[in-house]
Amino acid sequence: MPFQVSKTGDVTVVDVDGQLIVGNRQELKQKVLEELEAGERKFLIDFSNTGYIDSSGLGVLVSLSKKIREKGGELRLAGLNEDLRTLFELTKLDTLFRIAESREEALQGL
Amino acid sequence: METTELTLELPSDIRSIEQAVDYVMERCSACCRHGHRLHFNFRVGLTEALANAMLYGNGHDPHKRVRVEVRVAGEEITARVTDEGDGFDPSGVPDPTHPGNLLKPCGRGIYLMRSLMDEVEFNDRGNSVTLVLRLDEGGGEPLAGGASA
Repeated sequence: MPFQVSKTGDVTVVDVDGQLIVGNRQELKQKVLEELEAGERKFLIDFSNTGYIDSSGLGVLVSLSKKIREKGGELRLAGLNEDLRTLFELTKLDTLFRIAESREEALQGL
Repeated sequence: METTELTLELPSDIRSIEQAVDYVMERCSACCRHGHRLHFNFRVGLTEALANAMLYGNGHDPHKRVRVEVRVAGEEITARVTDEGDGFDPSGVPDPTHPGNLLKPCGRGIYLMRSLMDEVEFNDRGNSVTLVLRLDEGGGEPLAGGASA
């Protein structure tokens, strides 16, 4: 399973294993939206075990961020490797998301 | 100078992208210098070109195919990705990094191609894109593509 959902306190944590790409982006979107509809408001997506995110994957993160904010919630990202950070910086999405070095750092204050 | 050429015909099935890119990367790795620009810049560029061809060019039509032609000559890789769609005007794609476009879920694929490859050229019809990456440029830095970020 590329997307593992767990809880740390009141934060919903999603671990992305492998890739977030056009072929599986809808699965991530569905999992997060299900949690959002169930009343969860604090989300952390951990990319520590992620090798690649394509533009469709970036698009899904943008879409989720928007929906979570509309419900008064917050989405943070963590664990991006150097290549993934480059993609966020190139597309200026690093200005849109709160990106932490680690899961622990992201959970602080969330 | 040693030259390697490779041609693939793919169905318009987004599930085939990962496997196709892995195969091309494996073949390219075997015949040219391993480097970050190959494994990052070229992988991103090819993946985005295939996704665009299947999703927008062929409109998910499983009966339409995508042709991938890859040529490795020395330290230069050229990939041409052609779909069977009507084409589009690449100059009409808005800049996804413009503040007004940051919240849009689409439109980053071509931008990433232009940012990470040395050359990106569409044919007149707009259904075929040619990507060129020179592996020996930029000292292995991933951002040394042809377009400004």
